[in-house]
Amino acid sequence: MSDNLQQFVDLLPQLGEGILVTLQLTLGGAVLALLVAFTLGFGSRAHTRWARVPSRVVVEFFRGTSLVVQIFWLYYVLPLPPFYVELDPLACGILALGLNYGAYASEVVRGSINSVAKGQWEAAIALDLSPVHRLRRVIMPQAWPLMIPMFTNLLIQLVKGSALAAYISLHDLNFFTNELRERTSDTIFSYTVGLLCYFVVAYLLTLAMNALEVRAKNRLGTGPTLREVLRLAPVQTTADVGAGGPAPAATTASKGGDRDG
Amino acid sequence: MDETSAWSWEHAAAVLPDLLEGLQITVLATVVGMVIASVLGLVVAMVRRSGLRVVTIPVGFLVEFIRSTPLLVQLVFANLLFTQFPSLTIGCVVLGVHYATYMSEVYRAGIDAVPKGQWEAAVALDLPRSRTWGAVVLPQAIRNTLPGLGNYAVSMFKETPFLFAIAVVEMYTAAQQYGADTFRYMEAITMAGLLFLLVSYPTSLLVRRLENRLA
Repeated sequence: MSDNLQQFVDLLPQLGEGILVTLQLTLGGAVLALLVAFTLGFGSRAHTRWARVPSRVVVEFFRGTSLVVQIFWLYYVLPLPPFYVELDPLACGILALGLNYGAYASEVVRGSINSVAKGQWEAAIALDLSPVHRLRRVIMPQAWPLMIPMFTNLLIQLVKGSALAAYISLHDLNFFTNELRERTSDTIFSYTVGLLCYFVVAYLLTLAMNALEVRAKNRLGTGPTLREVLRLAPVQTTADVGAGGPAPAATTASKGGDRDG
Repeated sequence: MDETSAWSWEHAAAVLPDLLEGLQITVLATVVGMVIASVLGLVVAMVRRSGLRVVTIPVGFLVEFIRSTPLLVQLVFANLLFTQFPSLTIGCVVLGVHYATYMSEVYRAGIDAVPKGQWEAAVALDLPRSRTWGAVVLPQAIRNTLPGLGNYAVSMFKETPFLFAIAVVEMYTAAQQYGADTFRYMEAITMAGLLFLLVSYPTSLLVRRLENRLA
């Protein structure tokens, strides 16, 4: 066991690099996914058919084919005759992850925007707010807290999907795990370490997303501030709203939205 | 010259039998995995409701751990660990266990959605625990979970290509092998992608219809 630990300590710089590659893939993929999600999400609910039909086709295409096939298609097929596009493996990974999870996330965007109460749209139109203003000040602040929990799930999925990168020659956390196994020839030890690293990365990302959710709800006026949640001693009145679990919080969010508008 | 032509229909047709054979394995893994996931998921959901902290805390941690670590790494790990089993068996079980952790959340939501009055009525009628679950709560909860089950079946179908890592020849691996033999990756991988779309899109439409009918 101490031998294993010695090997592990020797490999620590590589672990750092592995985590860095995994994080690059995750964050790059997430940013691209967010862009794709909003573009396609708004595209799918556009009034003109010219925007709606292509958006739906792209979404269903990327949701309907496997991430594995997409990533290897970009890696193996794109450099071949008709395309001749040779992408950097990291770009390949980010592109595949971003497009695949962006397609899933676009459904989240579409659903959340649709679930903002109709009166809010009508009120914003009645007040003669411009479309951009309407979206930025009325619709998005209410849709955003609904989106975040689902985005959190997708982000974790994205972290896990990034493990594929080891097969397109990237030295990520998955690659490191295998390296550790070859050095120590102890499968259980090396894979436990590898899985724990993934767990920690995923857990930290979940915590960050939860903080984002608390902030978004607080800005909507339906929850405690982040500082109140993080305070060790419980605050009586407002903190109870946050501790009430996701279901009651969601109902208060929609009620609060009606009241604000 | 064959090498320079971008897309050859002959190769696209030639790879098809291999892919269809792979598709059988893909479907088999999905069905077996889904059976394991839906049974184990229900068990996990019920155990987590038991309220016994000695049980719920370790189970909760395990579920969280499996849910937030990559399926790919779990597959390779299990395959290295249990060398005595064929890799298809390991693939099905790992897929099943991984998705059971998702399914347990779907069941939990379904059980929570059963109105409280139903529980109280069961208590008032003095039904034993087994009857409360078996005849009152679960029939209503399962109805709520069917769309979730369908969605996860579709997404599991699309995750079976991960089995390539443990050398199970499902559809993607079949395409990869054809590409390696003939250097026609273009046709092989594209056809595999299209076949996935061909199967998963109608299924997801069906699931959506089911969702609308049950809602």
